[in-house]
Amino acid sequence: MWDLINYPIYASILIGIAIAVIGSLIVINKTTAITGSIAHGSFGGIGLALYFGISVILSASLFTAVLAIILAFITIKFPHRQDSLIGVIWALGMSIGIIFLSLTPGYQSDALSYLFGNILLVGKKDLIFMGTIDLVILISIIFLYNRFLAMSYDKEFLTLRGINANYLYTYFLILTSLTIVMSVRAIGIILILALFTIPSLIAEKWTKKFFYMMIISGILGTVFMAGGIIISFYYDISATPAIVIIASVFLLISLFKK
Amino acid sequence: MKAVEVKNLYFKYNKEWILENINFILNDKEFLAIIGPNGGGKTTLLKLILGFLKPNKGEIKIYGKFPKQARKIIGYVPQHISFSIDIPITVFDIVLQGRLKKGKFFYSKIDKQKATEVLEKLHIYYLKDKRIKDLSGGERQKVLIARALVSEPKLLIMDEPTSAIDPRGQTEILDLIESLNVTRIVVSHDIKILLRKVDKIAYIHKKAIFHEGPKLNIPKDKHFCEIELINFLKDENCGI
Repeated sequence: MWDLINYPIYASILIGIAIAVIGSLIVINKTTAITGSIAHGSFGGIGLALYFGISVILSASLFTAVLAIILAFITIKFPHRQDSLIGVIWALGMSIGIIFLSLTPGYQSDALSYLFGNILLVGKKDLIFMGTIDLVILISIIFLYNRFLAMSYDKEFLTLRGINANYLYTYFLILTSLTIVMSVRAIGIILILALFTIPSLIAEKWTKKFFYMMIISGILGTVFMAGGIIISFYYDISATPAIVIIASVFLLISLFKK
Repeated sequence: MKAVEVKNLYFKYNKEWILENINFILNDKEFLAIIGPNGGGKTTLLKLILGFLKPNKGEIKIYGKFPKQARKIIGYVPQHISFSIDIPITVFDIVLQGRLKKGKFFYSKIDKQKATEVLEKLHIYYLKDKRIKDLSGGERQKVLIARALVSEPKLLIMDEPTSAIDPRGQTEILDLIESLNVTRIVVSHDIKILLRKVDKIAYIHKKAIFHEGPKLNIPKDKHFCEIELINFLKDENCGI
């Protein structure tokens, strides 16, 4: 059994590390809709990669990073209309992906695997990419922890302290986009949002410090994924929905905590 | 020594003048209360002083520097109701944010010591490890004042520091502001602030400051009350 699930379990741990930091920041900065927009928009990068026959990771990383910068600009410059504009970017990215897929000859079963994800298909190359992104995220949070926390609480005050809060916010969205790219093969575009936010939403209730929120959400994210993988192995069902259902059950239970 | 100097200041938004020809000087350690009704331009003036907005005409100098260059010496206290209180963050973590600056990524021992000193000075050290959402409105406001003071500012700017706070909390906040030995600008729509030892009063309503003068004892200054603030105070108790 271990031979079959070792890579998925390693992937769970690596995605769990990213969820710990980025998921927690998404929740406290209330950027769930923006994350959804980047995740769905990433389909544009996948479509482009399949059409031009280039690396999906490279294409999706660049495409989502551009989307992150556009979304950062929109939310900073047009805060009153950000919800509608986020929705536009959400649909635009997907549309670009669908157009390029329809132009690509043959049946693109690969594209569907990115929509729904399959953590059991994660390979060594994917793990190396995940590890690299985790390293970037961990170095970023070590140096920028205090700034990210200040930005999440009061962006204006951070600016007053001489730190460019808009650049920091844009960098956070770029990190979010890279986390999405590293997780998309395993979790899938459609379900990624649940896994990014549920562990942090639960963790938030159990601690008064953001640092511990990150630790708890990382552990929960990994446990949910490992649980989903084991259930999918024994009951022969798709792993990602199993992960999301386990996480949602725990979220519902946690909502009863005052 | 001039702490704040505002000269011929004009600001417009969407082709409409919000502030026109604003002039005043605030000296070191003085306490200026900016009062007036909502929408009168108080917050706009405050944002201009903080350098978040650029004037269309005129200039602002803070201890001889333009607002953006003077940010290091400004302590800003926004309204406590402007923030999400769901973030898992303790009082001590919020106060430490006042020690953040460009090029600095970690808090030093001195930063933590300063934060402790300010919390003790404001008598809220016992709240140090509490989560912000577990505090009352008055306590949250004191935490924001502590965050501003920990940077050791020369100028402290406060936006509606007593709003959404119970009467006892309001008195405590105003006592605290009165006791501080720095230059202070307090924006408030609550005229009770005039009962305090303010050195200057700026009344802003639709483009202009009606009064900016020397130290006044408002409750006894019938003339001021009748002439300068008559429109604003007519629905209030003019004798306060």
